[in-house]
Amino acid sequence: MNLTLHVWRQRSADEPGRMERYLAEDIEPEMSFLEMLDVVNEGLIAQGLEPIAFDHDCREGICGTCSQVINGEAHGPLANSTVCQLHMRQFRDGDEIYIEPWRARAFPVLKDLVVDRSALDRLIQANGYVSVSTGGVPDAHAVPIPKINAETAMDAAECIGCGACVAACPNSSAMLFVAAKVGHLASLPQGRVEAAHRVCAMTEAMQREGFGGCGNHYECEAACPKGISVKFIAQLNREYLKALPGKILGK
Amino acid sequence: MFHPTLFRNPVVRKLLMAFSGLLLAGFIVAHLLGNLTVFLGPNGINAYAHHLKQLGPLLWVFRGGLLAAAGIHVSFGLLLTLENRRARPMAYYRNKPQRSTLAGRTMIYSGLCLAAFAGFHLLHFTLRLLGPEITPWLDALQRPDVFSMLVIHFRLAGFVLVYILGMGALYFHLSHGLGSMLQTFGLNNARTLPWFGLLSSLIAALLAAGFAAIPALIFFGFITVQGGAA
Ligand code: HEM
Ligand code: FES
Repeated sequence: MNLTLHVWRQRSADEPGRMERYLAEDIEPEMSFLEMLDVVNEGLIAQGLEPIAFDHDCREGICGTCSQVINGEAHGPLANSTVCQLHMRQFRDGDEIYIEPWRARAFPVLKDLVVDRSALDRLIQANGYVSVSTGGVPDAHAVPIPKINAETAMDAAECIGCGACVAACPNSSAMLFVAAKVGHLASLPQGRVEAAHRVCAMTEAMQREGFGGCGNHYECEAACPKGISVKFIAQLNREYLKALPGKILGK
Repeated sequence: MFHPTLFRNPVVRKLLMAFSGLLLAGFIVAHLLGNLTVFLGPNGINAYAHHLKQLGPLLWVFRGGLLAAAGIHVSFGLLLTLENRRARPMAYYRNKPQRSTLAGRTMIYSGLCLAAFAGFHLLHFTLRLLGPEITPWLDALQRPDVFSMLVIHFRLAGFVLVYILGMGALYFHLSHGLGSMLQTFGLNNARTLPWFGLLSSLIAALLAAGFAAIPALIFFGFITVQGGAA
């Protein structure tokens, strides 16, 4: 199949970028989207041109590195999928495809389709973890956890930190990312200890990093390659309400 | 006590929007119930207006609370909208929304329409500065003759149009706002998620239609001075 691509090209963080047009020829339907870009890039290199820079690592949908907005949808048209797991059979011969980076103030473009997502790392550093004093490994059954809580925690822990929720949100909010972490840890006894501090610290960090606020539009859930539910944002709001009295009393 | 960072927290800001929105929505419901007394004729709505007036200072307490809620809602609504726009300095060339609604994405516009409508409405019926004057203002029982005012003013197409448009904005704002508020208060879960949006639209439609019915029915001659007089 032959396709027309419109790709965001930007040489560096401080230069303005623009959309450029490329032809992708002789593409096989069983290629992944990234393999299609590899083919285009080989062509560009052969012509002595700068290849299109894009992020990728595992190419099996688990690392959360690939990050492209394809035809206006974060990770493209296939639901519950990353770009690397999107295949060209989802497109038709002659299609025009628009490829853009994640767009958010908190995710500055470094080059072409590559953005700096270290803001998400700093959200995790704002107590998006459980502080454990390491000692001997405890017995697996030492802390009983109800099955339902374990399931909830696992659903939230599916987050691969790709940032599609931010890219899809009309407000560039990272609320689903933060909520997944808060929900994951608050559902487990080990995480409860710091639950109140965590929800305050992470949401404050979100504001500091320049992410927008949640408008309850739920675009994040639709874009999430792991299908993480916005019910975790409701849980985050409950956790915040629980933490609020302590926060006001200055604890 | 209230650390300055508190009001910078996105969840706190959202809670303030939701709580002030709830107060405003509560007022809307009470206002609608009061308005429906128009269907009882002059003895309904004029008596209602009379009793409201008799609340005296208590009425001003309600008005003060309402004003405070509106002030918080409008200031944080504007602030959040500006901040959220700043969070995406560059728009996508292609953007294909999946789950969000037009109503949700245009809250600031429907909100500003509601503010403009509220201003018009106060000039019109509270301060009585617009439209034909009603003389005498008091009815035979010395109550404000709200009934005559409504029945005379809502024969005028211009007024009817403004009120119907205003209620369109109310429907739009609340069809997203009510469900959003439940999510902000943390009342949502996997089971309720698919329903809150629908419930929100349904209640918004009932409220808007309830208000809009009054000018519409008067305009089309279903409520008249003679017919309504009890
Ligand atoms: C009849 C009066 C009004 C009622 C009953 C009302 C109600 C609500 C409710 C229930 C919400 C949802 C809060 C949440 O998402 O948790 C909301 C959101 C909002 N309202 Fe209003 N509102 C009214 C007037 C206004 C006005 C005059 C403005 C003008 C600035 C406004 C601007 C907004 C904005 C921008 C949001 C979205 C905030 C966000 O998601 O970040 N509203 N409103
Ligand atoms: S490259 Fe690892 S998830 Fe796509």
